[in-house]
Amino acid sequence: MQSENVRERLPWLFRWETALAIIVAAIAVIGASASPQFLTANNLFNLGLSNGEIAIMVLPMTLIIITGEIDLSVASILGMSSCLLGYLWERHWPMIVIFVVIALVGLAAGAVNGLLITRLGLPSLAVTIGTLTLYAGVAQILLGPTTVANFPAAYTNLGVNAVPGTGNALTYSTLAFAVLALIFGVVLHATPVGRGIFAMGASPEAALFAGIRVKRIKTILFMISGLVCAFAGVLYTFRLSTAVANNGVGLELDVVAIVLVGGISIFGGKGSILGAVLGVLAFAGIQNALLLTNFNQEASGVVAGGLLLVSVFLPGTRPLWRRIAAHSRGRVAVRKAA
Amino acid sequence: MRLRRATWLALPLLIVSPLLAACSSSSNGSSPTQASSSSGTSGSLKTGLKVFVIPKNLGNSYFTTSDSAKSGGALAAVQQLGESGSETSGTADTPSSQIPAIQAAISKGANALVLSATDPNALCPTLESAMKRGISVVTFDSDAPSCRDLFINQASSQALGASEVDLLAKQIGESGQIAVVSASADDTNQNVWISYMKQELKKYPKMSLVSVVYGNDDTATSTQVTQGLLEQYPDLKGIISPTTVGLPAAAAVLDTAKYRGKVALTGLGTPDEMKQYVADGTVKSFELWNPADLGYLAAYAAVELSSGKITGAQGQTFTAGKLGTFTVGSDHQVLLGAPFVFTSANINTFNF
Repeated sequence: MQSENVRERLPWLFRWETALAIIVAAIAVIGASASPQFLTANNLFNLGLSNGEIAIMVLPMTLIIITGEIDLSVASILGMSSCLLGYLWERHWPMIVIFVVIALVGLAAGAVNGLLITRLGLPSLAVTIGTLTLYAGVAQILLGPTTVANFPAAYTNLGVNAVPGTGNALTYSTLAFAVLALIFGVVLHATPVGRGIFAMGASPEAALFAGIRVKRIKTILFMISGLVCAFAGVLYTFRLSTAVANNGVGLELDVVAIVLVGGISIFGGKGSILGAVLGVLAFAGIQNALLLTNFNQEASGVVAGGLLLVSVFLPGTRPLWRRIAAHSRGRVAVRKAA
Repeated sequence: MRLRRATWLALPLLIVSPLLAACSSSSNGSSPTQASSSSGTSGSLKTGLKVFVIPKNLGNSYFTTSDSAKSGGALAAVQQLGESGSETSGTADTPSSQIPAIQAAISKGANALVLSATDPNALCPTLESAMKRGISVVTFDSDAPSCRDLFINQASSQALGASEVDLLAKQIGESGQIAVVSASADDTNQNVWISYMKQELKKYPKMSLVSVVYGNDDTATSTQVTQGLLEQYPDLKGIISPTTVGLPAAAAVLDTAKYRGKVALTGLGTPDEMKQYVADGTVKSFELWNPADLGYLAAYAAVELSSGKITGAQGQTFTAGKLGTFTVGSDHQVLLGAPFVFTSANINTFNF
C-alpha cells in the first residue's frame, strides 16, 4: 500500500532518467576517486573534444528513434561533409560559401533518407544502411586517398582553445551540444510537434488518423539529422585539422548506443532529451574513466557494449518486476488477514 | 506535466554543474603536470620519469614487439633506466582513436611521450599542448613532422622506398605492372615511402605503378583489397606491401598455384609471420628492421630529452644503452640503421 502511494506521488523517482542520473553521479564519484585528474577542467575539456560531435549527432537521432525509425547514415554524412569541406577548400572556395554548400548537401542527404522512407514506405534500417555506404562512397570519390590539412588556424583552433570567458573546460562542440539540446528538448517536450513525434512512435496509424502529418514530420526529422551531422562533420574536420575519407567511420554505432543507454526505446514512442544527455555523459564518462585508470583499452568496448545490452534488456523485464511486486503485496495481504 | 517540464529544465543545470566543478578545480587542473621526476639520477639521466608509449593502435604484433619489455622494446629501456611507463592507445589506426590516449597520458602526468603517429597533422594540437607543458615528444616509426622534438626513423625513408622497388624489380625482370598494398591513407610513413618508391621507379622505364590500395592495417581488409587488385589488373607482375599486416595478408592471397611465381611479392614483414611464405616460394625476399630496437632507441631518446641532456638539435649525440651512439641528423631525425633484407637463407635465425 505504502509503495503504491510513493509511485503515485513521486513518479519521477521511478523513471529511467533518474536511475541514469544516479549512474552518472556514480561514474563521476568512482572516476574521481580512482584518478585525481578525472574532474579537472583539462580532462573535461578533453572529454568534450573527443565526444562533442558524437553528442551532437545523438540529438536528432533521439527524435528519429522516438518516431520508430532509425538513421544509420549519420557517420557517413559526417564523413561526406568532412571530405566536401576538404575538396572545396583545396579549390580555394571561400569558407562561408563552403559552409552554405555543406549545409545544403546535409539537408539533401537527409531528404534522400526521408523521402525513400516516407514516400516509398521502405524500412528505415535498410534505407539508411544503403545511404551509409552510398555517402561513404561519395566521400571516397571526393578526396580519394589524399588528405587536406591546411585549414586556417582561426577555424582549427576550436580543437585547441576553450570558449573564451568560461574557464578552461568548455569546448565549442560542448557549447553547440548544450544549445542544440535545449532547442530539441523544447521541441520534443513542449510543443505539439513533439507530442506528435511521440504519438507516431507509439502508434503510427493512430497518429495518422488523428491528423498528425507523419510523413512530413519524419522527412523533416531526417533532413534535420542530415544538417546536424554535416555540422558535426565540419566541427570534426576542424578539430583534427584533417579532412580524409575515413573521418567518422563507425561512429553511428556509438550514437545509437548512447541513445539506447539514455532510455529511448528502440521500438519508438518513449524517451526524452534528458535521457539522451545523461546517456552521453554516462558513455563518455565511462570511456574516459577507463582510459585514466589504465584499464585495458581493448576491453572498454566490452564495457560499453555491456552497458548497452543492460539498457535494452532492463525495460523488457518490467512485467517481471510487476509480477514480483504483486506477489509480495499478495503475501502481505494474506499475512494481515491471518 | 509539471514534473515533466521540471525534469528537462534540470538539463541546463546538469550541463553547468561540471563547469562549476571545473571552475573550482581549475586552479589545480591547469597546472603543468611535470610532477614526479625525482632527484635521483643514473649517470646524468633522471629517474622516476613517466614515459608513455603510444603506438598507432593496439593489437598489432609489430607494435607489441616494439613496445613491450619482454621483447626488449621501448618499455624495456624505460625499466632499465629506472623510469615508469606503460603502453596505451586506441584500437583503430586513426587519429580520433589515438588522441584520447595521448590526452589521458598527458592528464596522468607524463614527462615524455613516445608515439607512432597515425596522421601527420591531426595529432598536432594535442602534441603541441603537450610540448607547451614541458613534455618531451618523440615520434618513432611514423612521424608528425611539425609537432615533435625528435623523430626516430627506422631507416632513411628514401633508402626504404628505393630498396623496396629495387627488390621487386630484380624479381620481375625490371618490367611489368606493379601495385602497392598500403595501410591507411593518412599514415605519414606509408605516404613518404610511396613517394620515394615512385621516384625510384623512374629508373625502370618498363615498370609502371598501376594502383595503390589501402588495407588499413587490418588483415581482412588487406586480403580484400589484394584480391580486388588481382581481379582488376590481370597482367599484374608484382606487389609491394610496406606494412607488416598487409604483407602476410597479400601473401596468403598469392599462396595458391594460380599466382605463386607469377605475381612477385615483397614488402615489410616480420620473420615469424613470413617464414611459411618464404619456405614455399610465394615471397622471395622482404625487408624490415628490428622493431624492438626501434622502440628501445625511441624510449632512450625520450628519456635523454626529458632529462635535459639533449635538446634534439642537429649534431647532438647520445648513447642508447646496448645499441650504441647515435647522432641527430637534419630535421631532428635519428636513424636506427639500414633496412635488413630477409631471404630463405637467413630468415630462420630470427624469432620475432
